[in-house]
Amino acid sequence: MTVAADPSPRFAEFAHPERLVSTDWLQSHLGETGLVVVESDEDVLLYEVGHIPGAVKIDWHTDLNDPVVRDYISGEQFAALAASKGISRESTVVIYGDKNNWWAAYALWVFTLFGHTDVRLLDGGRDAWIAEGRPVTTDVSEVVAASYPVVERDDAPIRAFKDDVLDHLGSPLIDVRSPEEYTGQRTTAPAYPEEGALRAGHIPTAQNVPWAKAAASDGRFRALAELNEIYREGAGLVDGDEIIAYCRIGERSSHTWFVLTHLLGFESVRNYDGSWTEWGSAVRVPISTGEAPGEAPAR
Amino acid sequence: MDATELPDSLAEIRDDFLDLEIKERLQLLLEFSNELPELPERYRDHPDLFERVEECQSPIFIVVEVDEQKAVHLFATAPAEAPTTRGFASILVQGIEGLSASQVLGLADDYPSMLGLTAAVSPLRIRGMTAMLARIKRQVRERVA
Repeated sequence: MTVAADPSPRFAEFAHPERLVSTDWLQSHLGETGLVVVESDEDVLLYEVGHIPGAVKIDWHTDLNDPVVRDYISGEQFAALAASKGISRESTVVIYGDKNNWWAAYALWVFTLFGHTDVRLLDGGRDAWIAEGRPVTTDVSEVVAASYPVVERDDAPIRAFKDDVLDHLGSPLIDVRSPEEYTGQRTTAPAYPEEGALRAGHIPTAQNVPWAKAAASDGRFRALAELNEIYREGAGLVDGDEIIAYCRIGERSSHTWFVLTHLLGFESVRNYDGSWTEWGSAVRVPISTGEAPGEAPAR
Repeated sequence: MDATELPDSLAEIRDDFLDLEIKERLQLLLEFSNELPELPERYRDHPDLFERVEECQSPIFIVVEVDEQKAVHLFATAPAEAPTTRGFASILVQGIEGLSASQVLGLADDYPSMLGLTAAVSPLRIRGMTAMLARIKRQVRERVA
């Protein structure tokens, strides 16, 4: 860890408090050697509208995805991207973004695929920063290119593929989409463009815990007791569980992955990024509809 | 419909984008975003008259008018926190203003993918703009029916 962790008492109750920084902490550490601030948004132009002074932009769609294969970039591409943003292997990277850090959490998860050790989220994200009237600029950040080693992506610990999910049926699955997507209701009207999957519903046995439940109304993460109520009491997760989370393309479930892994301390959580756009179109995979999780198929 | 048959206004916007490097295309989209006109007085307090474009993740609302000369006027509103969506809406507002209903109905459905923005903003995001155009056409069809 290049830059010392944020000692805010609010984070101390979490399993890995060093994964969060507060807006106060970040403002007082801006410009510190070894710290790189990254903005990652759903809206690809939001950074250009105004960003935290010195922050660089990494876009999930255009920077972190392979442009051809449905996969993330390679070790070489990640090294080149990180270096161009002034990130070295030792850098403390603080990521923030719009929509409760939805895409910021996705970027953090991809950094984790490459084993970047010190990557944190700004609690409350872009909205909290702006709501508090903290400095924002449209000036282009001056980046001193760094060097970043080529590190092979290690998917296995935190990324699940379709076959992993099939093998996993019967163990905890968290569907973080909206209740409408979970139950399989269709809200699209005729003559409108359809996107996504051929079937609606959810993976059998999955519990529905919409991702944004983890955030309070100010966009910050909820306190530990509230998170325990949602995920342990509500969804029945217990210590030692192996968990897979999914959504539509793996973006909202990265946020839940962060909560389960870094805030609640579950040690085996994987994100199924193929998610519903793959599962809902795959041939002969089991699907449940309605509000009930459904049964795992007999094997 | 062949791309060369685009109305001048939309063809010009397309050419402006294609003349730029990919990174600069984002800047032009941002300019469009900043130019999205305010709603006219008569629409300001009438959210009920607008249709939400559900396919866009950000809230964007549109309403189409067809006047007595069968000319189309598009009004759109989207929050400042959604500059990309605002940019898409602004392109369509500026490009469609004053076209005839039949010109709008004849527009290529894939106009959004002719702007050379797919690589800069990703195909998923372009879909929102395609959906916007489809809804505009549907409203025009309803107005002239």
